[in-house]
Amino acid sequence: MEVLKIATAGSVDDGKSTLIGRILYDTKSLTTDKLEAIEKTSKQRGYDYLDFSLATDGLVAEREQGITIDVAHIYFSTKKKSYIIADTPGHVEYTRNMVTGASTSQASIILIDARKGVIEQTNRHFFINNLLRIKDVVVAINKMDLVDYSEEVYNKIKADFSELMSKRDYQDQNITFIPVSALKGDNVVNKSEAMSWYKGAALLEHLEQLDKADIFNAGTPRFPVQYVVRPKTEEFHDYRGYAGKVYGGDLSVGDDIIVLPSKTRSKIKDIYFYDEKYETASRRSSVTITLENDINVSRGDMIVKEGDIPTIDKQFTANVCWMDSNQLTAGGKYVIQHGVNKVLAKVDRINHKINPDYSGIDKEATGLNINDIASVTFKLNKPIFYDQFKNHRTNGSFIIIDTQSNNTVGAGFIQ
Amino acid sequence: MKKDTSHINSLENEAIYIMREVAAQFEKPVLLFSGGKDSITLVRLAVKAFYPAKVPFPLMHIDTGHNFPETIEFRDRLVKELGLELIVRNVQDSIDEGKVKEESGRYASRNMLQTTTLLDAIEEFKFDACIGGARRDEEKARAKERIFSVRDDFGQWDEKNQRPELFDMLNGEIELGQNVRVFPISNWTELDVWSYIEKENIEIPSIYFAHKRKVFLRDGMIWSAEDDVVYRDEDEEVIEEMVRFRTVGDMSCTAAVLSEAVSISKVVEEIRDSTISERGARIDDKRSEAAMEKRKQQGYF
Repeated sequence: MEVLKIATAGSVDDGKSTLIGRILYDTKSLTTDKLEAIEKTSKQRGYDYLDFSLATDGLVAEREQGITIDVAHIYFSTKKKSYIIADTPGHVEYTRNMVTGASTSQASIILIDARKGVIEQTNRHFFINNLLRIKDVVVAINKMDLVDYSEEVYNKIKADFSELMSKRDYQDQNITFIPVSALKGDNVVNKSEAMSWYKGAALLEHLEQLDKADIFNAGTPRFPVQYVVRPKTEEFHDYRGYAGKVYGGDLSVGDDIIVLPSKTRSKIKDIYFYDEKYETASRRSSVTITLENDINVSRGDMIVKEGDIPTIDKQFTANVCWMDSNQLTAGGKYVIQHGVNKVLAKVDRINHKINPDYSGIDKEATGLNINDIASVTFKLNKPIFYDQFKNHRTNGSFIIIDTQSNNTVGAGFIQ
Repeated sequence: MKKDTSHINSLENEAIYIMREVAAQFEKPVLLFSGGKDSITLVRLAVKAFYPAKVPFPLMHIDTGHNFPETIEFRDRLVKELGLELIVRNVQDSIDEGKVKEESGRYASRNMLQTTTLLDAIEEFKFDACIGGARRDEEKARAKERIFSVRDDFGQWDEKNQRPELFDMLNGEIELGQNVRVFPISNWTELDVWSYIEKENIEIPSIYFAHKRKVFLRDGMIWSAEDDVVYRDEDEEVIEEMVRFRTVGDMSCTAAVLSEAVSISKVVEEIRDSTISERGARIDDKRSEAAMEKRKQQGYF
């Protein structure tokens, strides 16, 4: 069984929580006590239907205001796959949460209210999904029951959305349109009888068919050293293991490697996972590697294959999503966390702001406000080893940490 | 080949990565150990993460004094077998020192009181990271919890102002006095934990398996009648049933479920078919719809 992480995006009242609640209900993932709680609260509020959004809106403030204000994670599984849904809010001021949810997802669902069609928010949702290079995007056109399940409405929205698609940067993204009614359950888990004109798969059926191997962006192997394992016991007296997660591609025993930044050459001697040895470590596995030579390697160093070296530089330009209420300004100093590596960084210049609704760029930008996206050039106090985000999702991304508050104040995608 | 294709492998790889980040980013981490299946799973993951070196942080148990005896016995044996360091701090001491007041009545529990003892212990040892076994699927407020969750000087959770967590990157930067709660099995479900226990052949306390027990019924739930810390009215009749516990929290707030599952594989089967959520048997969550969120704001684990 595989895990598929899905991000959701929709504007307030597009029925995102209802859609997730519907998936849980129709896959029988809601336990009786949770269902009873939903029935009870729906009744108290005088609804004549079950308010599935109650299943996901976890925080008191959300229940009071009836909106989702933070990323919630929802779990369910079918016989085929295990799903994690990052329920991300659609408010314009919560772009940061959407970026956050999408950063760990392999697929996403963008909701559109069939009555409203493609709105400015939809542009933003699509922009972020494209910026983060999510391989598979489902455009769920919801509330079809309120437009008489009209094929024309569906086609009009599809045409409007296709307009957006022509403007996107990442053209290889797979986009699938599905007309649904989350409230009534049409085309969510079960195929809709009211929309016989729609010949495609229902939402869940579509997700079940996604090939995970295709979804993960493959690249070249990168092994950032997380932790040096030194047992110093009699049995393992000279053992020096480098613990970390393999990203991008596989590493095997005997591979010729280079340790960055020292550029020392060596060979992979052993690959351990706990007390077992393996010939190969596949990407995303958390292993411990030993090397043939006794060389000095510490946390933040990176082990790469010979002939396959990333860019090593003290300067780079990236698309940044700013997530803090204090402005990012030229000259500002921050900590950049790139994988497990931390460096001091200075904002060299803000090249231009990018309007996330595909309305162009703003060349005169002087400071970035929360939820702004911009091209920014940084200078670092020491070199990092990076790839372009479009070639390597892990080694091409970073977070920005405020040196005063220690908060994560931004995310970046290296160009 | 060491792969990351199956669901459970992928969760394991993620949890091991988080364990290593804790050891690397913090000076004084601790693993909060309750003797329950989730914290036992954490111990297993920690052992695997640092092998062949020893786990580079101690375990700490906040003992309510209302634990199932089987849990305590199990805890001591596990620590000895794995050569781990264990710190125990008692809620009873906090009560004796007048820092907290024992609840009374039929729903009296020491579950809430744990928070004070925990926060005092964090201060005593200057722990900067506390690893816990909370999972996002347990409860709605926990669904919003970060993997690295920053707590202020008072142990409080500011749920509306959480740090965004992107990709694999965990930001453990804190100020003096703050600490981080770390949840390596955030993305696991109850079934995942059980499947892992089965796959890894991990030993767990006997009360997780079906056994004959003297119990009584209240509010549609089954309570242990064998331990005097569970308040029982005289007219609440004691019967004997085959039961097991799905969680092993404080005895006074943990109800049993009817079960015939005497082995791990049977437990996995039972949970797969279950229609009641795990915390459905926890009376502490039933106090109000926002019960968990309120406790977390006050520093509850």
